[in-house]
Order: sequence, then structure tokens, then C-alpha cells
Amino acid sequence: MTPGGAGRASRPPAIGPEQVRHVARLARLDLEDEELARFTSQLASVLDYAAELAELDVEELQPMSHPLPLRNVLREDEPSPQVERDEVLAEAPAAESGRFRVPRILSEEG
Amino acid sequence: MSGISAPAGWELVVGLEVHCELATRTKLFCGCPNAFGAEPNTNVCPVCLGLPGSLPVLNRRAVELAMRIGAALNAEIAPSVFHRKNYFYPDMPKDFQISQYDAPINRGGRLELPDGSVVGIERAHLEEDTGKTTHVGGTGRIGGADYALVDYNRAGVPLVEIVSAPDIRSAAQARAYAGELRAILVATGSSDGRMEEGSMRVDANVSVRRPGAPFGTRCEIKNLNSMRSLGRAIEFEAARQAEVLEGGGTVTQETRHWDEDRGATLPMRSKEEADDYRYFPEPDLVPLAPDGRWQAEVAASIGPLPAERRAVLQRLLGGEPTPAQADQVRSLVASDLDALVVAACERGAPASLALVRAANEVAADLSRAPGLDPGAFAKLLMLEGSGELSASQSKAVLGELLVGGGDPAEVARRLGFEPMDGGALDEVILRVIAEHPEDWARFVAGEDKVKGPLVGAVRRATDNQADPAAVARHLDELRAARA
Repeated sequence: MTPGGAGRASRPPAIGPEQVRHVARLARLDLEDEELARFTSQLASVLDYAAELAELDVEELQPMSHPLPLRNVLREDEPSPQVERDEVLAEAPAAESGRFRVPRILSEEG
Repeated sequence: MSGISAPAGWELVVGLEVHCELATRTKLFCGCPNAFGAEPNTNVCPVCLGLPGSLPVLNRRAVELAMRIGAALNAEIAPSVFHRKNYFYPDMPKDFQISQYDAPINRGGRLELPDGSVVGIERAHLEEDTGKTTHVGGTGRIGGADYALVDYNRAGVPLVEIVSAPDIRSAAQARAYAGELRAILVATGSSDGRMEEGSMRVDANVSVRRPGAPFGTRCEIKNLNSMRSLGRAIEFEAARQAEVLEGGGTVTQETRHWDEDRGATLPMRSKEEADDYRYFPEPDLVPLAPDGRWQAEVAASIGPLPAERRAVLQRLLGGEPTPAQADQVRSLVASDLDALVVAACERGAPASLALVRAANEVAADLSRAPGLDPGAFAKLLMLEGSGELSASQSKAVLGELLVGGGDPAEVARRLGFEPMDGGALDEVILRVIAEHPEDWARFVAGEDKVKGPLVGAVRRATDNQADPAAVARHLDELRAARA
């Protein structure tokens, strides 16, 4: 784990192994211990680099959610062609009765 | 409405989250039809199937309908941003749902209920609906199934989620809120509000507290498919939480499922990671910021809201409505039949009769109601009001008018009802009086108990065609004329 470079000691570490394990679980990734250590180090250095932005004075700037200077990109409420169901289902790992067949979803609880 | 609101000594605190499907022709981000009941996976395309390389484009009409809802709820229509809500569940093929997070289109607002109470609105934001999963085999419950089948016709259908403040204090008030909201959705043309088809879905956040104490821990109740379920589930959950707390326990914050058959809420799943949706701005959509002119156009396009329309009907009735009439007024506005009543009254129909026939017979055949000619409806009500048709005859004629239209008097003749005009009825009454001189003399002398037998005699003389109320009224008039 890289606790950030010298001179940035006041900033907490960008990410720790527990957080990486949590994020991996949310993404359904099963990490080996060696991978966990490696990714923690790599992610920490990426986040630490991005954290340099925090040194900028953005007091006067409006937050932006998109880099393009566009707003209100809209289409009319008009139907457009669909795709053939058989064609779509043929690409799926499994299908039944015109629907996608997927593994059972949650283990029994409650 | 439900009587019990909270267990003794406890105050109920409820906030509702209502999802409504918008009445657009197409989905939120693609041109697939927004239609209920189509063959599975026939209304799908690369965008709503989340295929690589496809890009969402926002539906203008969906934005307008969301703004209508905001305007009707006195919300601020604000610049907004779409986010990705990430989760793994096969109801969304993209593995995320496009929703609005910290910058919703409608912020704040309020909804006044028919009893005058006010419920705050926190937000009403746009998002896409998910696909429909069917669990197959095993126990039939989600976790016990062998596998699941998924239909993506509904994936991407535009939704507005309306989140109330925790201002609701009883199950009855929760139902009144949901009912008023549904009436507003229908009145503004935003949604058809059909709970049974899932186009309006309600989740309830329920907690209990000692009066004056801070809010307790809440549970979110899902699967409330009717107004009745909503009321019952809230009452059950309040009682359950009060029992836990009275036993010295603590309420666990969790999502619970309403089981209609068992009449109970049951824990659904651990929320350990369910709330970690890693929202981030949807990079494929740019911000939405309706300008003042567009907002004004939308606000102007909304007709009168349900509260105002109820007031119109109440004015027609004149005076304070009875509780039954108040219910009729509410249901007529909710089912969009108030304009028919107003049109009939403008043509001379008696208001209370128009209310009853519209709320019962017309509402029972709602799909045909738009074809009913207000002029014919008014004429029928006048025939009934004057006693020329009895109530049961009038209902039968109304049934025919709904199916095939026509002139009420002609339809009545075709059905074999000799419409008794006022003059014809008077002739019969005079003949009956002549045949029963003693009864008549006693009636004229003020003996009201002979009125029943006289009415009966007139009815028999008309083969039960005459309306008893009308006969009684004619008898009273004749007596008054003699006095």
C-alpha cells in the first residue's frame, strides 16, 4: 500500500484493502490475496494522482457533470424499429418461452 | 378507510415513494413502444437491451410529463442530471439503471389532501423502469426458484418517482395521499395510474415513535399492489414495530415484502450491500435544464387539478355534500367522469341524480364512457328525474346508451318501457283516486299512512312502470292543489 508521497502526509490514504475488497465484491470479482495487495497499491496511486486536483482553487467554478457544452439533447416521442426477438434471444446464453433464461437470483433468506 | 392508525401510545410516521409510468408512446431513452401486455421481448432494441455501442437519447415528451407532475405538486423545476445506479440484477441488462440522484428535475413541493391536510414532497425525479423477471420452479419464492425468465419490454419505460416527506400519520392518510396523487397523475395526463397493471407502484417507509420523540428506525415495505394492501401493510408494520419496541427490542432498518395472503410483512434480503449503488453521472447524457418558456408552456397545458374539479361538482350539488356524495365526487374526478356530469347538468339534468348514475352505472362501464353523449345522458336523467322512467328503467336505458347510443326515449320504448310522461301519469293517478275515494279523502285530510297503498295502486295500474317516488310527488302536488 502506498500511503501517499511526502508532503501530502495530511491527506488520508486514498484507499485501503478493505475498500478494495468491498468494491471487488460489488463488481462480483473474486480476488486472490496477492491481487488484492497489488490492486490496492495500484488504485491508491491512481486516486492519489487524481487527488492532486484537490490542490486547485475551484471556489469560483460551477460543478459540471459533463465535459460537452450541451444541454437538453432530446428526441421526439416517435417509435423507431425494434429488433427481432428470435435474433436477440439467439445471442443469449439461454432462452425459454420468448424470454431470457438466467440463473436463480438470490439465495433463500427470510 | 381504515380505522386504526397506530397502536396505542405510539405515533405512526410514514413516507411514501410512488413510481408511476409515464403515458408516452415510446421509452425514455429509445424509440421502442411503451406498451403494457405485449408479447415478451418484442418491444426491445439495442439501447434498452444495453448492447455495446448503443446510446440513450432522452424523450422530450417524458420530460414534459415529468414537469407536469412537478407543476401540479408545486415543485421547483430545476436543472437536472442523470446518474447511473449500479447493481447486479438481471432486470436491467446494462447492470445499471439510469436515474436522477442529487439533481432531480422536480425539487420540493406539496400535496393537499381532500381533508385539508398537507403532505410535503421531497422530490419527483425521472428514471427508467426495469424489466420483468419471473421466477420458475422450486418454491416459487425468489431465492427458492430454479431459474428466472426475463422480459425486457418494460426495461427503459419512463418513470417518475415521487418521494413524499415523512408527513403521513395514519394508514387512512397514506391511502388518501396515494388516491389524490393518482387523481393528479390521471388529470394531468401524465400516467394512467393503474395500480393493477403496475403503472403506479407504492413503497411505504414506516416507523413508529412515542409522540414528540425523534423519528424511529424505519422499514421500507414493498409489493403494495392496491390501496387496500397499502393500508393493511402500514397497519401491520406499525403494530409489529410497536411490539418489538415494547418487548425491549430494536427495529432493524430493512426492506420488507408485503405478503397479501398472510397479511404480514416479511424481511426481503439483507441490505448489507444493497444500498451501495456507486452512483456516478451518466456520461452518455448531457444535463437537462428546461428554460422558463418551456416550463411556462407546460404549466399552461395542465387543466384544472382534481381539487378544483371536485369543487365544481360540489357547487353543482349546492350545499354540503353527504358523505356518499363526497365519495362519488372523488371517484368521478379520479376516473375523469366529472366533465360528463357537468355537461349533463348544463343541459338541465338534476345534479344529484347525474352524480349517482355517473358514479355507479357509467363508472361500471368506464371503457365505453367516452362514447356516451352528454346530451342523451342529460335527457335520460330528466326523464328519470320527472318520474317518467323509474330508476331501474333508467339504468337499463343507460346501459343501452353506453353500448349503442341513441335517443333515451326511443331506447326506452324499444326496451318496452312506456315512458310515462307527466300528463300520462296524472291521468292514471286521477283514475286511481276515482277508484279509491275513501283513501283519497283520508290522504287529503292529512293521513299520510294511506299514501303507500295509493302509490301501490298507481304502480299496479301502470304495470309497475311508474316510479314510486314520482307517484308520491304527484300525489303530494295534487293534495297541495286541493288545500
